[in-house]
Amino acid sequence: MSILNVSNLTKKFGKFTALDGIDLEVNKGEVYGFIGPNGAGKTTTIRVILGILKATQGKATVFGKDAWKDAVEIHKNLAYVPGEVNLWPNLTGGEVIDLFVKLRGSNNVSRREELIERFDLDPSKKCRTYSKGNRQKVSLIAAFASDADLYLLDEPTSGLDPLMEKVFQEYVMEAKEQGKSILLSSHILSEVEKLCDKVSIIRQGKIIESGSLEELRHLTRTRIELETKDSVDSLNKVKGVHDLEKNDKTIYFQVDTEELANVMRHVSQFDIVKLESAPPTLEDLFMKHYKGDGGEA
Amino acid sequence: MSKHLYINVWRLVRFILRKDRIRLPVWVISIAVSTIVYGAVIPGLYPTNTDRLIMAKTMRNPAITAMLGPGYGLDNYTDGAMMAHFMLVFTHLAVAIMSILLTTRHTREDEEEGRIEMIRSLPVGRLSALTATILIAILSNIVLSLASGFGLFALGFESMDLNGSLLYGASLGTIGIFFAVLTGLFAQLTSDTRATTGYSFAFLILAYIVRGIGDVGNETLSLITPLGLILRTEVYVNNYWWPIFVSLGVSIIIFGISLYLNSIRDIGAGFIPTKPGRRKASIFLNSPLGLALRIQRTSIIAWLVGMFVLGISYGSILGDLEGFLSSNDILGQMLPTAEGMSLTERFVSMLMTILSIIGTVPTLLFVLKLYGEEKRNRTEQLLAKAVSRNRIIGGYTFIGVVTAPLIQLMSILGLWSAAEVVMDEVMPFSTFLKAGLVQVPAMWIMVGLAMLLIGYLPRLTGLTWAYLGYSFFVVYLGDMLKLPGWMSDLSPFGHVPQIPMEEINTAKLAVLVLVAVVLVVEGFIGYNKRDIEG
Repeated sequence: MSILNVSNLTKKFGKFTALDGIDLEVNKGEVYGFIGPNGAGKTTTIRVILGILKATQGKATVFGKDAWKDAVEIHKNLAYVPGEVNLWPNLTGGEVIDLFVKLRGSNNVSRREELIERFDLDPSKKCRTYSKGNRQKVSLIAAFASDADLYLLDEPTSGLDPLMEKVFQEYVMEAKEQGKSILLSSHILSEVEKLCDKVSIIRQGKIIESGSLEELRHLTRTRIELETKDSVDSLNKVKGVHDLEKNDKTIYFQVDTEELANVMRHVSQFDIVKLESAPPTLEDLFMKHYKGDGGEA
Repeated sequence: MSKHLYINVWRLVRFILRKDRIRLPVWVISIAVSTIVYGAVIPGLYPTNTDRLIMAKTMRNPAITAMLGPGYGLDNYTDGAMMAHFMLVFTHLAVAIMSILLTTRHTREDEEEGRIEMIRSLPVGRLSALTATILIAILSNIVLSLASGFGLFALGFESMDLNGSLLYGASLGTIGIFFAVLTGLFAQLTSDTRATTGYSFAFLILAYIVRGIGDVGNETLSLITPLGLILRTEVYVNNYWWPIFVSLGVSIIIFGISLYLNSIRDIGAGFIPTKPGRRKASIFLNSPLGLALRIQRTSIIAWLVGMFVLGISYGSILGDLEGFLSSNDILGQMLPTAEGMSLTERFVSMLMTILSIIGTVPTLLFVLKLYGEEKRNRTEQLLAKAVSRNRIIGGYTFIGVVTAPLIQLMSILGLWSAAEVVMDEVMPFSTFLKAGLVQVPAMWIMVGLAMLLIGYLPRLTGLTWAYLGYSFFVVYLGDMLKLPGWMSDLSPFGHVPQIPMEEINTAKLAVLVLVAVVLVVEGFIGYNKRDIEG
């Protein structure tokens, strides 16, 4: 069941095209990773979904309702954590959390106290004294304290320490188990790998890759470390082999996933002593798109 | 204390001068120049002995004494005595504000932002930052004293001699130095910037009020406040220098205490414990309106009190107005003409217009905050909740619509209560009330304009200030400069009936209200259609 649906979304600011035909679909109980470099359009996409920016073309629907027209109705069941959390300097963290929870229309006091304790926040301090991480905690606590069906999280952990990052991940997994949907925009690829079922990569306002992590991995190369008794020759002539390096008897190279079988057949002739393969990481994928083939990013 | 505590202090002095190379000269020059300009202008307003004696009679009332300090030499009210009486207290306030801001900026604020920490990681003494800041404050105040003193003397009025003029300047500098070291002390006691400025300004306001009470009835009370003590110099009358030396002596002691406190405390720490804020929101903080009120609470209260004080200060000159205005052609020309109306009545109607235009300033500040919040990315977070745009813009419109009459009420109350004290025969309160409240629809139009711009062209909200400035110009100076009528017709304030000279014209007021409503509604429509910036 589709909770969030974005189709052919285009947003222009004057002549500048910030988003160019974006498609996204987040289903119930899904954690969806949204990755891309700064300025690629992640935040703009989220703001259109929130009904704060109006789409130039295309459409965003949440819970089957129009993101622009039915914003208030949608937001009753939606929680948002912005990338840059700006709070009111003369209000305390506790006041802001209460305000946010009340404005959504729900109130769960025990949940609030639990979150404050887990995230280790002092709610009696004025927001002006909070560091970036503490401001993010305020926003996260307000988000998880409400009983939302869709969470829009825009780089929510960029200011958190590893311990708090782990607390955050636990709450995301908990929400997922309860059948809630999460759109997580992030720079921290290990986090996306750990949490997300599906991923979309955005670059210069366009989605350039979408799918489950497994599907995406097929698009990249596997890293091979190989040691053989006989010396391997003509490996560099085999289709799909890249970045060949030799160090004593050990050979390192990368293989296009679709050519893996052919390459294995070739190297098996040389009496393998040791063979290690590593699956491609999201980072490899990211780098491939951002500096490898395209070369412009 | 050993020398290493002050290492590199002169380098820091130069560094502060570099950082403040524009701000500091602007403050010093503005205060010195306005002192000299007023010194030149005020004697010209009351050219003859008789003029000044009439003025002295006006000044001999408790409301004036409370506001401006005791009048010295009222029996022989020379140019100098009059000028010092008019100007000293307010100039002292300006110099104190300059010193408070200067000192906070380079002590607690730099410390809170972590800049002092970086400086202290270099070979710089523990007390160098505070010492350098105070040295800069002393230097600026000496420059200010000399510039004002010699400037006043150079005007060449007989009653403004060299000794008196230098004393005038020295009194400014002394207050400046006193408030610099006092703020330096608060910077040690408190642990954040807002508390430092807060305590310093609270002290200044308290000193002003206590001095006012003391000047009216209790000399000792005046002497223990810095602002009261310094007036005992009796500038241009008896020219006593002892208050200067006493104030400077006290300043040295305060500075010594703050150096000691600075030397025993940790960086970033203070002595007054910060009291923790609320862990939970109060029941009022539950809506966009509640939030808008909460974040502007202090500012709204301060403006309401400020308008009351402004009302008092205008009201306190109503006493001998008739005699005074009839002998003064320039002021007479500025008043609207009306058959069969007394000068006081004409004056009150002009005062109400001026007060309402000044009162529009806070009203606009309160509503334009909406766009400020948007630019700081905070509106976005509210809209991400189950909050409609109408509720947000509606909250701010509500504040504008309600504060306009409240502000008018405060200045009317101030004006009327002062008039009650100084006038023999006061107009009824209801007349004041009518004259003030009849301006409210014009203020609402300004609110409407602000909302319209926020709805469609938020970047141009500055136009509301230009329009208000234009209104002030045509309404205040229109009669005197004989400006054509259509120029004042372009301002909403030009359409307000001038009570008590004119009757209330309900139809006209209804049209003004209607225009305001249309502007606001149009603003709501625009705000619902556009992208929220951030």
